[in-house]
Amino acid sequence: MTVLQKKDVNPIEHLAPEDVELIGKELDEIRQGVIDTRGEADARYIRRVIDVHRKIELGSRAVLLASGFPPAWVLGTIGLSVAKILENMEIGHNILHGQWDWMRDPKIHSTTWEWDMASPAEQWKHSHNELHHTYTNVVGKDNDLGYGIMRVDEDQPWQPWHLGQPLWSFVNACFFEYGIAAYDLELAGNLATKERRSNPQFRADARAVLRKIGRQVRKDYLVHPLLSGPNFLSTLAANFVANLVRNLWSNSVILCGHFPEGVETFEKKSIDGETRGEWYLRQMLGSANISGSAAMHVMTGNLSHQIEHHLFPDLPSNRYAQIAPKIRDLFDRYGLNYHTAPLPKQVASAWHKIIRLSLPNGWLEKTNRRNLPSQLVTLYRVTTGKPKVRRRLLKEMAAA
Amino acid sequence: MTPGNIEDMTATVPRPSPVRPALSALRDRAWRLAELVTTPLLPADYLDMVSPLRAGADLRGRIVAVQPETRDAATLVIRPGADWQRHVPGQWVRIGVDVDGVRMWRAYSLTSQLDRPDGCISITVKAIPGGKVSNHLVHRTTPGTLVHLDQAAGEFVLPSPLPAKALFVTAGSGITPVMGILRNYPELSDSRADTVVVHSAPTADDVVFGSELRVLAADGRIRLVEQHTDTAGLLDPAGLAALVPDLAERATWACGPVGLLEALEEHWAAAGIADRLFTERFRPTVVVAGEGGTVTFTGTGTTLEADGATPILDAAESAGVLVPSGCRMGICYGCVLPLREGAVRDLRTGEVTTAVPGDGVLVQTCISAAAGACSIDH
Ligand SMILES: Cc1cc2nc3c(=O)[nH]c(=O)nc-3n(C[C@H](O)[C@H](O)[C@H](O)COP(=O)(O)OP(=O)(O)OC[C@H]3O[C@@H](n4cnc5c(N)ncnc54)[C@H](O)[C@@H]3O)c2cc1C
Ligand code: FES
Repeated sequence: MTVLQKKDVNPIEHLAPEDVELIGKELDEIRQGVIDTRGEADARYIRRVIDVHRKIELGSRAVLLASGFPPAWVLGTIGLSVAKILENMEIGHNILHGQWDWMRDPKIHSTTWEWDMASPAEQWKHSHNELHHTYTNVVGKDNDLGYGIMRVDEDQPWQPWHLGQPLWSFVNACFFEYGIAAYDLELAGNLATKERRSNPQFRADARAVLRKIGRQVRKDYLVHPLLSGPNFLSTLAANFVANLVRNLWSNSVILCGHFPEGVETFEKKSIDGETRGEWYLRQMLGSANISGSAAMHVMTGNLSHQIEHHLFPDLPSNRYAQIAPKIRDLFDRYGLNYHTAPLPKQVASAWHKIIRLSLPNGWLEKTNRRNLPSQLVTLYRVTTGKPKVRRRLLKEMAAA
Repeated sequence: MTPGNIEDMTATVPRPSPVRPALSALRDRAWRLAELVTTPLLPADYLDMVSPLRAGADLRGRIVAVQPETRDAATLVIRPGADWQRHVPGQWVRIGVDVDGVRMWRAYSLTSQLDRPDGCISITVKAIPGGKVSNHLVHRTTPGTLVHLDQAAGEFVLPSPLPAKALFVTAGSGITPVMGILRNYPELSDSRADTVVVHSAPTADDVVFGSELRVLAADGRIRLVEQHTDTAGLLDPAGLAALVPDLAERATWACGPVGLLEALEEHWAAAGIADRLFTERFRPTVVVAGEGGTVTFTGTGTTLEADGATPILDAAESAGVLVPSGCRMGICYGCVLPLREGAVRDLRTGEVTTAVPGDGVLVQTCISAAAGACSIDH
């Protein structure tokens, strides 16, 4: 774990390799405990969430038929936002993880589920389950880390265009579902060369995404508004707002999962020959939780238990809260930092990191009200300077 | 005499009137519009919430009553969905129930009278020690429960015309398809008929449908022979021949444990009358188990270790892979999947089937176990 070892305080310095394997064993036992007791109550839980989602979705869309009437617009938009969030988070994300496959219900199964999202389930499962969950927080391997468009670690060399990072992070948050579809498609890479552009697999995938987007857009921005007759425009606006709310919400939750200050990232080399215990340890250090009420946990799809989720991505989400105390106890016993905080704090922390890393290393830390003018001048020089000048200035800033 | 003969069915469908196509075109269009609104879900997903038994839905049923038969057997009365097709007495139905949250499918013979005024069907289940589904159905199922169904299937049915002299040999829960037959062919138990039922069960109290059978016998409509094995020992072909001296003249239907059925088949074959014996098995005869292996499902990418005694179907289900299934005992071919590469062993015969890459040999997963590494297209 080379990146960790370079840090001033190495969070795992005190752990012997045997400790790491013992942690792994304990975690395996916790996992087995849940698997052995999965049953009817869990099945009832997910069916109930699905049932509630469908009722809210249908009810809100019905109310929005009268969206010209302002209270109906407000009520319908809130309802639809909640429905879309439930559908993406607690239902879609978790079913597509295979958390409910053990029920053998073909209607609630990772291989048959499709969700209200620009990215088709098949493609998302690949990039999310296989890549992100395997390579969690490994810089250069885990695209979830900044979706390939961001600077996520001090070790990545700073470039002037990183200054735009807060802005496009925000734009990405607003249109998050499209951002995800683009990155599931590896759009940037695949568009880069003619050869990759004409790769039949890429073309088929791209067509699938466009078809999917077409269906979603037609529903939200054409058919539902048309059904509202004279309220066409207000229903369209309601659907837009609901999608926006859902996108901002899911983006925030996901930022909280791996982005707050203090969450570790790893180097590519560090995962070569990783043992099961080490893999677990990487998940433990690379994830952060959100503390809050039961309702908040459901609305985040229990990704508020990101640590538990990353340790056991395919255990039913309703069980994360139940095992959380055991996991926390394990962290405590092995002297590890169980990273958890309320939502506003985690969101602020994540955005602080986005902003900090959009600037050269050391710049934000050293800037205060008094030296702001001179710091801005330095920033201007490092941004516009020739590579040689830039390298020198960056070194100075990081060193001081 | 298989049900749903295609020609029969098309012959009885009335010619569509010109209004019909217009109506159904309208309905199709409405449905497609609804799909535009519900995507990525289907309109059916919403309709299922209020009307799971409607026409056009996946076939389901609602349990309306659970009637105890003996201390470990019960009859479940089920209201089937609107698309249920009339079965032929003696056939079985597949039913999918959630046991501890896990969907499990099993086959059960239909015991109900056709065309009951309430439109219901029934099955009769005997709880097997340690049996997951049978115990759930007999002891823990309550009226109101929704279950999943398939259309009826099976060949254990009577020919037409009916045989003049019939013999039914049953043991334990094997009485169920026979009861389904007796209840629906009054001709078998009227004054002119010559029907013998030989049934074996541990004690008189363990005889499922005991009182109903005894009433038929008391009225002189069938000849009933009960063999209570706790006192009289197991039924065997020699004993049977003594009980029914004219069995060679009879058409015989037998249903019970594998051992009994095999003994009967041997006896009938030895007597050169194998064509007069019809049997129904509730489970396959397993002869061998060899080495297991790694099973890979190419479609889902799932890989699992299976021992040589576990059907690939069971192994796949335990790993959460959705695989097709049917009778689960090698008769319906509902579970067939292509074996892409590797070897599987037929648990009934021990025969090993191998496939080289590109082959795609179709194998029945319910009675095939891994015989080394194998990969299956699914
Ligand atoms: C065509 C067909 C018709 C059937 N009709 C009926 C019926 O009308 N009534 C009825 O009660 N059952 C019937 N069965 C059997 C039924 O489908 C189940 O196999 C049975 O209920 C056991 O299921 P389970 O889940 O309880 O047992 P499982 O949990 O699957 O098995 C538990 C244990 O019992 C053993 N076992 C499985 N089946 C039997 C059996 N039949 N006898 C003894 N041991 C067994 C297994 O090898 C295992 O060791 C029929 C089966 C078929 C194929
Ligand atoms: S399930 Fe019927 S043959 Fe396999």
